[in-house]
Amino acid sequence: MELGAYSFGDTQLNPDGSLRSTAEAVKNLFDAIVHADSTGLDYFAVGEHHTLEMPASSPGAMIAAAAGATKQIRLGSGVSVISTDDPVRIFQQFATADAVSGGRVEITAGRGSSVESYPLFGYNLRDYEQLFEEKLELLMRVNEHEQVTWSGTTRAALKDLTVVPRPVNGSLPLWVGTGGSAPSSVRAGRLGLPISYGILGGAPHRFSALSDLYRRTAQQAGHTGPNIKVSVAALGLVAPTKDEALERFYPGWRNMHTQMGKLRGWPAPDDNAYLAQAHAPGAYYVGDPDDVAQRIVQLHGHMGHVRHFLQMDIGGLPQEHFLESLELLATEVKPRVERLLAIEG
Amino acid sequence: MMMHTTNSALMELGVYSFGDTQRNADGTLRSTTEAIANLHEAIVLADTVGLEYFGVGEHHTLDMPASSPGAQIAAAAGATTDIRLGSSVTVLSTDDPVRVFQQFATADAISGGRVEITAGRGSSVESYPLFGYELSDYDQLYAEKLDLLMTVNSSERTTWFGTVRAGIDDRVIVPRPVKGSLPIWLGTGGSAPSSVRAGRLGLPVSYGIIGGIPSRFGRLADLYRATAQQSGHRGPDIKVSAGTFGLVAPSKQEAVERFYPGWRNLQLLMTERRHWPNPDRARYEEQTHAPFAYYVGDPDDVAGRVVDLYRHLGHMRHFFQMDIGGLPHEHFLEAITLLGTEVRPRVQKLLRSK
Amino acid sequence: MVTYSNGITCCSPPPSSRHRLGYVSTSESRQDSGFRTIAVLGVGRVGSAVARTALAAGYEVRVAGSGAAEDIALLAEIVIPGARPMTVVDAVRDADLVVVAVPLSKYRSVDASALAGKVVIDAMNYWPPIDGQIPDFENDIASTSEVVRRHLSEARVVKTLNHIGYHELEDDAAPSGTTGRRALAVASDDEAAAADVRVVLDRFGFDSLYAGPLAAGRAFEPGTVIFNGSFPRDELLRELELHPHPTH
Repeated sequence: MELGAYSFGDTQLNPDGSLRSTAEAVKNLFDAIVHADSTGLDYFAVGEHHTLEMPASSPGAMIAAAAGATKQIRLGSGVSVISTDDPVRIFQQFATADAVSGGRVEITAGRGSSVESYPLFGYNLRDYEQLFEEKLELLMRVNEHEQVTWSGTTRAALKDLTVVPRPVNGSLPLWVGTGGSAPSSVRAGRLGLPISYGILGGAPHRFSALSDLYRRTAQQAGHTGPNIKVSVAALGLVAPTKDEALERFYPGWRNMHTQMGKLRGWPAPDDNAYLAQAHAPGAYYVGDPDDVAQRIVQLHGHMGHVRHFLQMDIGGLPQEHFLESLELLATEVKPRVERLLAIEG
Repeated sequence: MMMHTTNSALMELGVYSFGDTQRNADGTLRSTTEAIANLHEAIVLADTVGLEYFGVGEHHTLDMPASSPGAQIAAAAGATTDIRLGSSVTVLSTDDPVRVFQQFATADAISGGRVEITAGRGSSVESYPLFGYELSDYDQLYAEKLDLLMTVNSSERTTWFGTVRAGIDDRVIVPRPVKGSLPIWLGTGGSAPSSVRAGRLGLPVSYGIIGGIPSRFGRLADLYRATAQQSGHRGPDIKVSAGTFGLVAPSKQEAVERFYPGWRNLQLLMTERRHWPNPDRARYEEQTHAPFAYYVGDPDDVAGRVVDLYRHLGHMRHFFQMDIGGLPHEHFLEAITLLGTEVRPRVQKLLRSK
Repeated sequence: MVTYSNGITCCSPPPSSRHRLGYVSTSESRQDSGFRTIAVLGVGRVGSAVARTALAAGYEVRVAGSGAAEDIALLAEIVIPGARPMTVVDAVRDADLVVVAVPLSKYRSVDASALAGKVVIDAMNYWPPIDGQIPDFENDIASTSEVVRRHLSEARVVKTLNHIGYHELEDDAAPSGTTGRRALAVASDDEAAAADVRVVLDRFGFDSLYAGPLAAGRAFEPGTVIFNGSFPRDELLRELELHPHPTH
């Protein structure tokens, strides 16, 4: 099983709570990816967001930069909000990054947890389904072919046009990213694409119903083989002890919850809910290496996923906690996971 | 005409590329993947040998596959320490200025503030059908999108309305560049109204000189500076750079021989696509000598001609497109090394001695 | 309809023998057309090069952009010193010759009434790969100058100067009588206008050949051998004979 991390960028806070610079946040994220690579972590994804707190607006640029500075880590988007972008441009950025990286780049297309991109790029949130369907189809087409012909309603048609550069392995691994909606699992299964579940709350093992649906749909549609696979993205943080992990993650979680709450009408952050989620069978993989490893393997029992990656840097998490967590994930959690899986298997 | 005498300001030297797909022995194209990796390697080398600038120019063909200057520059940002990085050019008319800005600002943050954008028409038209635009709408697309780019570059929150793209109503656009805003240049060929536009906007201007007699661009640079002054713009943003074809090799003869096959390939391609004149070896060789436009030679030769042009243009940066038409990658890398280690000190010395 | 010995077919009255394709008389080339003032519309690469060439040849030159004279005052002063910046209407009034060098997509913005009765050189080209498709030209197999002439319906339109690169105008110019001097093709339905233009071209520094009526201009539009090359008179004649324009 691969372990990894994902981030939307996380702007640091001054002691008075004011935001520091987005430029620093981007540099911190870059440094974190380079650090993760050096520790042997398997995967790092960057998810598109457009706020002062979460400024990773260009996963393509971020991943390309990481491609030029890392040696073994796989890099991807988590997610690329394809509905509000041009699939050709996304592909070109990621293929460029892939060529520089020697073939380590992937794309995960999804709705994302960011809605800012819709008004920013002149799209209507109501059109999401159609935008996503068509643009996913186009993305698949340009991913598979150098000369592309395609037409649809959401973007200008292509008549036998060249799309370059081409990826190292011919095409990029392309995943569908999803929250909890069943239709997304059906879509990914129908298309034969690997699926990535973003689990932000609730009980993760309930997602196993969705992953079962995904696999059944894939089989029915005649898709088998290594592309039919599942990954899981969740919140989490690793520290030397459980208590430290809980304490380190809490301020950022609270900040994020308060902020998002204002935007999306969430209730005020509830400390009890936090603690509940931070323990099995909750959704926050916050703990020491044993704890986190056990819960990952527990989930694996339900979902059979091939990759588990954590969003750690939220709400202004101090950079040193982020770097330490990445290192522990690679050097302490991963070997425990492998041992436990070997026992299981 | 203003003649420029030297001062202590150094001349920056650099390279620009559209990506250059290698050829097999039988002339067929190798992979675009390799071309991108080669380009990345070249930028890293340029940084290592002390060159000051590398530009990536957006193109969408099998032979020139640098389709995303944003991604290429970001990759370079992560792998270099001193060199300034930019686009030469970003075909702004057919892209979204917000997206362009976001990519370059991301690269800038990672580079520690070494990134620039040059907006221009470019020599590539493939992006128009690829992204669903009409070539005939160029003027309006360019004017509006440049305005939007400058707007998002100048402050964290943007309000902008136009006709070629959805309006933006007081939205935050992130990330912000290290120094607050990115240098934005206007790229132009030899048309005087473009120099006027740059002067009126107070933006630095970058001349793409691909043929003819480079010193003639002197009057365009004069026009640019006069217009800037008349429009009330002064200061460090009023400056000129020049991009030309070139190649450096240990001897003039080697340089002329090395550059020719790629030049010929490019001519043949453009004859097919754009009605350029047929390749003519004699005409090629003529252009590799003063007063013409191919800076192809040994270090002394190239340095001398750069300084000659300086007298007319007063440019603060001269960058060369060397990898064209399948130039063997090792010749490209050697040229970059010579540019940094041999041409650059000669240029500084010549400028100081005047 | 009349078909000439070179295969050109046209509907206008047959040209007199003086102006049969290829005929050049020395005395004609030194004839003074009486032109003194040239107005150049368009100050891009082509317009400014034509204006500088005209100034060097001793003409009084006015230049106009799309707007007020002040808009191009600095440009004229620095890039075309000696040319007087004006509006289009002012520039063409009293001008003996007008050169239209605006982007082809903007040809309809040229004030047709101001050009009535004037000898007008159409130096424009249709370049779809560069400028995109323009319906007026895309759907018409006529020479672009014939299309332009429909808009400038009362002007005496002459097609030339389109098939020489803007920097070549200055580089390839040579005195009258120079052996192997570059030659330019000239096409017009108005032979007197064509003759006058050929005198101007001679002073600019180029030999010339009358190719026939405006329709003959297709022989030297983008994509043709003549357009892509550079020829002295005898070779240009051969090229025009070898590659006559497609007949309608």
